[in-house]
Amino acid sequence: MSEATLERGLKAFREQMNAPIASFFSSCVNCGMCAEACLFYTETGDPKYTPINKLEPFRRIWEQEYTLWGRVKSWLGLSQPVDDELLEAWEPLVYDGCTLCGRCSMVCPVGNDISYMIRCAREGFVAAGYAPDGMKNASRRAVTIGSPMGVKFPALAAQIKHVEADTGLTIPVDVEGVDYMALLSSMEIMNFPEYMAALARIFKQVGITWTLCSEAFEATNSGIQIGSSDIAKELVNRIVVAAERLKVKYVISPECGHAYTAIRWEGPNLIGRPYNFKVVHILELLEELRSSGRLKTEGYEDARLTFHDPCQIVRKGGVLEQPRHLLNMVASDFVEMNDHREMNWCCGGGGGVSAIERAEALRLKVFKRKKSQLEELNVDTLVTACANCRLIIEEGLEEYRMEIPVVGLTEMIAEHLVGDEKNE
Amino acid sequence: MSTPVDFLLWVRGPGFDIALVVFIIGILIRLLEVLILGRKPDYAEPRGGELGAGLRTLLTRTLPEPGTFKRSPFTVVGGYIWHIGFFISLFLFVPHIELIDATIGLSWPGIASNLVDAVAAVTLVTLVAMLFSRLTHPVKRLLSGPEDYLSWLVTFLPVMTGYLAYHRMIDPYPLVLGLHILSVEILMVVFPFTKLMHAFTFIIARWYNGAMAGRRGVQS
Amino acid sequence: MAETGKGMGKTLAQSLRESGVSRRGFLKFCTATASMMALPPSMAPAIAQALGKAKRPSVIWLSFQECTGCTESLTRSHSPTVENLIFDYISLDYHHTLQVAAGEGAEAAREAAMRENKGQYIVVVDGSIPLGNPGYSAIAGISNLQMLEETVAGAAAVVAVGTCAAFGGLPHAKPNPTGAVSVSEIVKDKPVVNVSGCPPIPTVITGVLAHFLTFGSLPELDALGRPMAFFGKSIHDRCYRRPFYDKGLYAETFDDEGARKGWCLYRLGCKGPMAYNACATAKWNRGTSWPVESGHGCLGCSEPDFWDAGGFYNALSIPDSDITRQAVYVAGAGVALGAVAGAVNRSKQARAREEHEPVTIDDLDKRP
Ligand code: HEM
Ligand code: SF4
Ligand code: SF4
Ligand code: SF4
Ligand code: SF4
Repeated sequence: MSEATLERGLKAFREQMNAPIASFFSSCVNCGMCAEACLFYTETGDPKYTPINKLEPFRRIWEQEYTLWGRVKSWLGLSQPVDDELLEAWEPLVYDGCTLCGRCSMVCPVGNDISYMIRCAREGFVAAGYAPDGMKNASRRAVTIGSPMGVKFPALAAQIKHVEADTGLTIPVDVEGVDYMALLSSMEIMNFPEYMAALARIFKQVGITWTLCSEAFEATNSGIQIGSSDIAKELVNRIVVAAERLKVKYVISPECGHAYTAIRWEGPNLIGRPYNFKVVHILELLEELRSSGRLKTEGYEDARLTFHDPCQIVRKGGVLEQPRHLLNMVASDFVEMNDHREMNWCCGGGGGVSAIERAEALRLKVFKRKKSQLEELNVDTLVTACANCRLIIEEGLEEYRMEIPVVGLTEMIAEHLVGDEKNE
Repeated sequence: MSTPVDFLLWVRGPGFDIALVVFIIGILIRLLEVLILGRKPDYAEPRGGELGAGLRTLLTRTLPEPGTFKRSPFTVVGGYIWHIGFFISLFLFVPHIELIDATIGLSWPGIASNLVDAVAAVTLVTLVAMLFSRLTHPVKRLLSGPEDYLSWLVTFLPVMTGYLAYHRMIDPYPLVLGLHILSVEILMVVFPFTKLMHAFTFIIARWYNGAMAGRRGVQS
Repeated sequence: MAETGKGMGKTLAQSLRESGVSRRGFLKFCTATASMMALPPSMAPAIAQALGKAKRPSVIWLSFQECTGCTESLTRSHSPTVENLIFDYISLDYHHTLQVAAGEGAEAAREAAMRENKGQYIVVVDGSIPLGNPGYSAIAGISNLQMLEETVAGAAAVVAVGTCAAFGGLPHAKPNPTGAVSVSEIVKDKPVVNVSGCPPIPTVITGVLAHFLTFGSLPELDALGRPMAFFGKSIHDRCYRRPFYDKGLYAETFDDEGARKGWCLYRLGCKGPMAYNACATAKWNRGTSWPVESGHGCLGCSEPDFWDAGGFYNALSIPDSDITRQAVYVAGAGVALGAVAGAVNRSKQARAREEHEPVTIDDLDKRP
């Protein structure tokens, strides 16, 4: 049996080095501005959470092994090594202290994409054995059971039964040759089955043919979060194989943000080729149906509501305007938070942080950022489009005793479908 | 005989040659060292183009994101002032233009020397304030090592010695002018091996950042 | 004029009276001398008194590797200028360009002056001294070095006149084929005053001598051994075109608008900022004009190595190097080295990729 070693970690760091990362490290002027963009710094005031500081081990590898001057320096014995102690000390910064939200990458004056670097740096940490237990276990479950939360198909089948009973609609499973294959996240299956019901109702109305797949229903990818491309590849590959076997034209990424990043942006690179199908985010699909006039809703929510932009869908996914159009379709009093769209603030639980038990206190602390954003607005309802954000926000609101219901956007649209018996 | 004039002649002759060679070769090595690493092909279907988005970010990053500006106004404003002051002193002062003309054959109109003088004074004060901020702000202090202070020093010295030369505050003049040129040579030699390289690599970094986001349909 | 010890007994006042200079004329001279030496006008009577009582000192003038420009400069001034007033009233006992005697007679005059005024005479030197080969420059079979050492041995002070004597000058310019050196590199045990300039301003030479006569001592000197009174400020500091420099108004050719309007000559190569000399105030040709006034930049002739300080028409800030012409090769070398560094990086990256061992869920932990 193999094991994680420092040497493997160092190799992984070396392997990750490329021109963008080298240009980022070369450019950093240590101005500290990225700190001001990161909720882990703004809410704790602890400078160790400065985004670029989280990359110190990776930076050392770059300097010592990928620059002429750095080689001379380490040859003269002037540089500090990357060793187990360093990685151990940095593990809580790279995992517990970063949600890969990408906000820092938007403000760095020299243009460093810091969150991309942290994603790459995690490859080194995991190979050296320095990943949090919560994430290791989630990855193990994802690979062996098929879902990070340990959800197996029978559990899904049970939920399907409930939803079918509730809605009177059938949820297609393993149907070949349909246009769309939908993916779900475990959290949606277990905590928010409304999402599945919403899909069924909407697709029924607009007349889309779709299916779930019993072998590949889980969209989330623990491999991406822990930072192992190998594990991520194995998980993505299940979806690719299933989609290609069922010969679907599209795979629908669920609301869950990291799932979208994994399947839409990282997936093809993990398997090393383009897909034979397209990946769309559910909000992209809904907006397309709306703008083409196929999706019809009626009535408006009169509650004052706002939208929490899930980082991976909006800032890092490029689905910016779609949620706004959809919200305006069903809400009469929609207000934006002060920082929104690509400058939104993270809920504090992305990037796998929600799977790290020991990070809970920190996560609740940095939630204060979202809390104060909400307090400024004084809204009745918070809408979002990511099951993980939703769960984290609900926990945060509970912790700070704020009574604001959190709703998924897709469900909210489903509530307003024209001719849906529920609205009659 | 070793007189201030000998010193001036050395820094203006062999000294300048050495510095220029180190500067040019150093920068080319650094740039190629980065660029040749390349990146893997991206198989994900793009939502937007890379080129345009990259070029836009290259420009737009010059202005701070408003929220971040509010949180760190000093770093932003100070950064602007000293960079602009430095470039005015460097590129709009007639003796410097003569030098550039003689070195690379490009020349442009300069501005009044006493105006450059005022700008240089503001630049000096701002640089001192920036150093103070680096020593006191918890984030900057944590991030900073010897290289950051060295970079500051070699940036500060040319402006300071230039100011001293203009005001002839050290006698005799060949000595202070020689010190001025020497300080510039030190800057040139240190430049390629420190974070000062950002002056060139920021173009690559901003472009990659913008391109990678642009591919996903986001203007970063 | 070269008769040994002539008039050593007379005071300066006596000599002046004998040659018909009035008391008023003498005072005027003293006032001019005071202002030249940057002394307050109230010092003039004191100078007059001192000069009145001073004895004509013996001066031995040695000419080595020089062009005679310095002597020309001195003698081009016409009487009754301040310069030749003072000049007539020193006892120039040896000067092989100006003296009548020649050959052995001339050398005998020098030896006699040295003997009779031992410890009191002044040695004026123009020209540099070759150390490469004594034969490069010798007088009456005596090498310059030997003559200087001999003559200076009994002197009260040495005045190095002109940039050659003061700093090596033209003979010292690269590649200095004769191994020329300045006076002060040889004379270490006597006070040496450098009156640099190529040629030096005549007033400055006489001013130094006047100071010596007046105060019996040498004037205050700068770091290069030059009298502060004349060399304390740069040409640039005293240049009437300076306001144009500050405003950034420069002539760019010798016949453009700026040149006609009298703008600063920096871009045309003026070395005024680094040249310390009195031209701007003392002026040349009996106060007629001076180089910058006549439209040409200062060459910096009063400074060491001014011959090697880059082209006379290159701005002071232009580096004196030919590397710029080699820039293509330097850039080529940079690209080549960069390509090597890049290739090294590339192979490191490739090796790490080749050696990649997939991470599986079985090796997430380190073995304890
Ligand atoms: C990074 C590069 C440089 C910077 C930041 C710089 C800055 C300055 C500043 C601030 C001044 C004073 C301006 C004033 O107060 O009006 C000055 C003067 C000057 N610099 Fe530079 N300088 C640089 C490079 C050079 C180089 C390479 C040379 C020549 C080889 C040079 C030659 C001069 C000269 C001749 C002056 C005029 C001083 C005077 O007016 O007497 N400088 N410089
Ligand atoms: S990606 Fe987000 S959480 Fe991570 S360092 Fe950047 S701003 Fe902070
Ligand atoms: S904002 Fe950019 S340049 Fe500044 S410290 Fe962070 S990474 Fe470095
Ligand atoms: S002409 Fe020469 S000395 Fe006069 S101000 Fe210009 S640079 Fe200075
Ligand atoms: S102006 Fe300059 S070059 Fe001309 S004589 Fe005076 S010091 Fe010499």
